Amino acid sequence: MALQMTTRPGADVRTAIEARAATVRMGGRPVWEDLDLSVHAGAFVAVLGPNGAGKSTLVKAVLGLIPLSAGTLAVLGSRPGERNAEIGYLPQRRSFDAGLRVRGVDVVRLGLDGDKWGLPRPGGRRRDAEQRVAEVIELVDAGAYAGRPVGEVSGGEQQRILIAQALVRRPAMLLLDEPLDSLDLPNQAAVAALVARICHTEGVTVVMVAHDVNPILPYVDHVVYLGRGGAVSGPPADVITSETLTQLFGTPIEVLRASDGRLVVVGQPEPPAYHADRHEHP
Amino acid sequence: MTAAVAAAAGAHFSWNLLDDVRQLFQFQFMVNAFRAGTIVAVVAAVIGWFMVLRRQAFAGHTLAVVGFPGAAGAVWLGISAAWGFFGFCLAAALLIAGLRPGDGHGYSEESAGIGVIQAFALASGFLFVSLSRSFLNGVNALLFGTFLGITNAQVIVLLVVGALALTVVAAVGRPLLFASVDPDVAAARGVRVRGLAVLFLVLLGLTAAEVSQITGTLLVFALLVMPAATAQLLTARPALSLAVTVAIAVVVTWLGLAVAYFSPYPIGFFVTTFAFAAYVGAAATRRVGWRRARALVAA
Repeated sequence: MALQMTTRPGADVRTAIEARAATVRMGGRPVWEDLDLSVHAGAFVAVLGPNGAGKSTLVKAVLGLIPLSAGTLAVLGSRPGERNAEIGYLPQRRSFDAGLRVRGVDVVRLGLDGDKWGLPRPGGRRRDAEQRVAEVIELVDAGAYAGRPVGEVSGGEQQRILIAQALVRRPAMLLLDEPLDSLDLPNQAAVAALVARICHTEGVTVVMVAHDVNPILPYVDHVVYLGRGGAVSGPPADVITSETLTQLFGTPIEVLRASDGRLVVVGQPEPPAYHADRHEHP
Repeated sequence: MTAAVAAAAGAHFSWNLLDDVRQLFQFQFMVNAFRAGTIVAVVAAVIGWFMVLRRQAFAGHTLAVVGFPGAAGAVWLGISAAWGFFGFCLAAALLIAGLRPGDGHGYSEESAGIGVIQAFALASGFLFVSLSRSFLNGVNALLFGTFLGITNAQVIVLLVVGALALTVVAAVGRPLLFASVDPDVAAARGVRVRGLAVLFLVLLGLTAAEVSQITGTLLVFALLVMPAATAQLLTARPALSLAVTVAIAVVVTWLGLAVAYFSPYPIGFFVTTFAFAAYVGAAATRRVGWRRARALVAA
């Protein structure tokens, strides 16, 4: 069912993620089956689909946290989990607790060396660390609020801090699990544009899980749709068509082209209806 | 009891502060009280700072309360109360660790189980007190603290256990901070979030057992929560906030000991009162600071 992906000009031809007939079963029931996927390094990949379709499961499989039941999966040319040090991961979440009294800059710093034992030693290495933290905060335009307690800044600002945290170790790949969830529309557009800019200027492969395709549609190079009718992957022009999506979801979906050339997806099934359907499955 | 000892020693407060300080340290029991109090304050401040950050105050309170049946049982059996404090607090820490869900988050889900342990601990404590009838006088000391009759050996035990706890925290401090602030990302980065959670509960149990021996089991929070909560109100910089926590804990302990020496009332009350005053002061300062900042923005 996989469609061939076009390589973006100038992008590294190295393959960031390669899946062949990958299947994950949980409790004897397939979460998704026969997923074929080929993501080139430096591409912006959107993982789309309704709640419960296994989008986060795919992210966890890429990180090696959930084993495949069948098929193969290679991440950055190795087995999943082996090169996690080169992956910046942003898990699905709502937000930091409003009472958390730790600064945004500390959250970013933890992403750099928070997994190391012992106390941080003063000296050159510490200055390098502080400089790198300042660089990524600059990169995501979070300078104005990175010194404030992270629980007190807005959802969009927290999301930028978390993207900086994911970027701080110069990863080859960013795995972002629903970073636009719980943001208002202007912030969704701004964070999507920020991620696209980082993808292009830093040459980082971006895998973004999203509930709604529209805010990121202008930027994506490659789309993975997980749905009831199986999994489809390919360039947006091939996958995001009324025919493919209608077949995938088993419900009428229209893809419209706006006057400025942008695609708009209308009529995605509501998550609760979809959940009920999944539970009927044997 | 405090007043009796102080009176027998001829202690009386004067406005000659140098003379007061000389009086404070003229007896070995007071020197030991300051040694023990300082050790306990530093350990409680550091562990308490992480506890407040991790929102595990309820687990901390329960571990402190568990010290009560531990110590009462030890006294009933005729062994040192310290054995009871450490034994019961450690066992309860492992029990609470066993309640935790496997995925490393969901502090709130465990609260019902912790509550069950706390209730049973208090009930057992009162049973042990009833069983050892001669011991009624000591109940107050167990619940609300004492600084009398701390031996050199006790100070050494407090020092060794405290140094052990602080060494472990220094070794795992950064991953522990990471796992406390951001468990999912920490886990993805290879931090053993679950293992650290168990380790931290054990450290919390040891600390609760140490602090109980000075402030009493019901007032452990005076040193475990109040200094950390105060410092986190004042600053969001982790290193600075940790240092402020230690400073507040040590100062309120010293003040509490000094005032309790000259007064007939128990030490737990004074330590708690000074810590409470620090918290209220910090909260008020922050309010005023905000208002001033807002006024500046409006101007």
